[in-house]
Amino acid sequence: MPETIIQVDNLIKKFPVGKGFFTALDTISLRIESGEFAGLIGPSGSGKTTLLNILGSLDSPSSGEALVLNKSIGKLGAKEAADLRKEAIGFIFQTYNLLPVHTVYENVEFPLLLLKRTKKERNLQVEEALEWVGLQSKRDSRPSELSGGESQRVAIARAMVKRPKLVLADEPTANLDAKNSFHVLDTMKELNERLGVTFLFATHDDKVIQYLRRIIELNDGQIARDYTPEKRQQS
Amino acid sequence: MIRFILRGLLRDRSRSTIPLLVVAVGVSLSVFMHAYVTGIMGDMVRQSAHYSEGHVKVLTRPYAEMAHLNPIDLSILNASELEEVLVHQYPEMDWVHRINFSALVDVPDSLGETKEQGPAFVMGLDLLSDKSTEIKRLHLTEALVRGRLPQHAGEVLLSEQFAKKLSVEVGEEFTLIAATVYGNMAYVNFTMSGTIHHGSPAFDRGSMLIDLSDARDFLAMEQGSAQILGFFADGFYNDDTALEMKNSFNTLEHGEAEDEYAPIMLCLADNPTMALYLGLGSQMGMWISLVFLLTMSLVLWNAGLLGGLRRYQEFGIRLAIGEEKSHVYRSLLWESLAVGTIGSAVGTAIGLFFAYLLQHYGLNIEAFSENASQSVMMPGIIRARITPVDFYIGFVPGLVSTLIGAGLAGIGVYRRETARLMNEL
Repeated sequence: MPETIIQVDNLIKKFPVGKGFFTALDTISLRIESGEFAGLIGPSGSGKTTLLNILGSLDSPSSGEALVLNKSIGKLGAKEAADLRKEAIGFIFQTYNLLPVHTVYENVEFPLLLLKRTKKERNLQVEEALEWVGLQSKRDSRPSELSGGESQRVAIARAMVKRPKLVLADEPTANLDAKNSFHVLDTMKELNERLGVTFLFATHDDKVIQYLRRIIELNDGQIARDYTPEKRQQS
Repeated sequence: MIRFILRGLLRDRSRSTIPLLVVAVGVSLSVFMHAYVTGIMGDMVRQSAHYSEGHVKVLTRPYAEMAHLNPIDLSILNASELEEVLVHQYPEMDWVHRINFSALVDVPDSLGETKEQGPAFVMGLDLLSDKSTEIKRLHLTEALVRGRLPQHAGEVLLSEQFAKKLSVEVGEEFTLIAATVYGNMAYVNFTMSGTIHHGSPAFDRGSMLIDLSDARDFLAMEQGSAQILGFFADGFYNDDTALEMKNSFNTLEHGEAEDEYAPIMLCLADNPTMALYLGLGSQMGMWISLVFLLTMSLVLWNAGLLGGLRRYQEFGIRLAIGEEKSHVYRSLLWESLAVGTIGSAVGTAIGLFFAYLLQHYGLNIEAFSENASQSVMMPGIIRARITPVDFYIGFVPGLVSTLIGAGLAGIGVYRRETARLMNEL
């Protein structure tokens, strides 16, 4: 039986606006199992990034429950939230966000430094992660020497190097051309299948949507539809 | 993690080189300034002490009140007896007699008519006795420009500048004219045995050194002295000891009760100008450190804020990956500690190097201080003086200010809202 990675029940997130509130997420409930390759889609302002923020323990819900790896996000302190991110969640952003003064190797190594892994462990895991994304030859390059596709693949290696249970990817192909987008998506799909890591995307890129095995469509902070691509094609 | 921080520092010049330069420049300026002020204050205090003030001095109360006029008629009459008392009470001190007075020097031509005339500041001091410490104290041998030091009664030294002005050559006679303690005019011929360069514009303008016995004879003072100066054996003024001596001496009765001419003791710090310099000298290190600390903290805070803006994305990604805010903050402090240590060490070395140059070679300012008054003995060549304090006076504030600057700038890390990271990154 697959492990439940994310369980959200009646989640509401409100932001203060002037004297009132803006409801970004309105009574959301969903469950994501281990090994899923799912995506949140929807127009701007539909709540994709807000939900990703909460599931990434970067923000907390206004009400309702958001369990990530059985940890209630709303009840986590700053340290526990950081520990959850450090140990179990990988992040991939649309602008890669590599540390510019460090090499590819050092960028990928960084999460392991936070986890206080030994040098030998780090070396093994970094080499393995670079192999996954096919960038062993670029290990000593600086981010400024990489193409967009290569940079995003380094970001994937950085997110995957600690073998997280969950990877949250916010518009990972937004800055890539079609060829690089497919390359990056192929890499993520392969890692999902090979390592069983759960991927949750926030996107409105059709190229990403083609790869998703589950699509959660948000509209005005609510889940409009939650389906697999086959059902979408049928509908 | 330390290696990760060091790599970042070495590769990112705006993170290391610029703050390091700022710290090094600030520290070197502090070290140099401290050595410079210590040198110039020390020289002024020492020169004033040696020439006119002593570390302590004993004189009559009326003389003390009008000392700027050199009122020899208010001098100590029984100076030898008083010296015995002083030697007995304070044997660790070196006591010397001084008589300062104003006079007119008249230089005759070959026919005996006046060739040149000029006002002179005359200092009577022990130049001829075997036990004299004055020649060494005033570095007269080193200061000799022409001729030799006086070896016989009737021989005097003129400042080189004064001698040239009066066109007096070594071995020539001239007449000294001044009022005695009784108000009579005295006219006595003296021979210039040599000329000296004091290195103090005020003294070099028109001074004359005369043996104490000659001065007493000339002024009809017998055993009198205008002042008896006392010097600490180690040559350095100690305000606490001087004050203690002064208080103990002045509480005793000297001479008859209610004698308005009874001697009193003053210490160097009783001269307001000297007190200012001594105060500055003792507190200067603290003030230089404080000003430097505040200035550098502000500069480095600002640099840290700019650096923080530049590294906004880096901090964001580190927080998102799971680094705690306190860890990011601590890493900033470690970076600043490394920068502060290296910058302070480099700055101290540079500051000491330039201070050494100024100490060794000096800077001739005689041209700028020609009109300096005699109340403060301004040296003609200013020199820095490197003291043990200079080895840490810049280092500690350099390090602390770097940490304070980074600490203040790093507060922004705590203000960063993780909830906005997805949008920002």
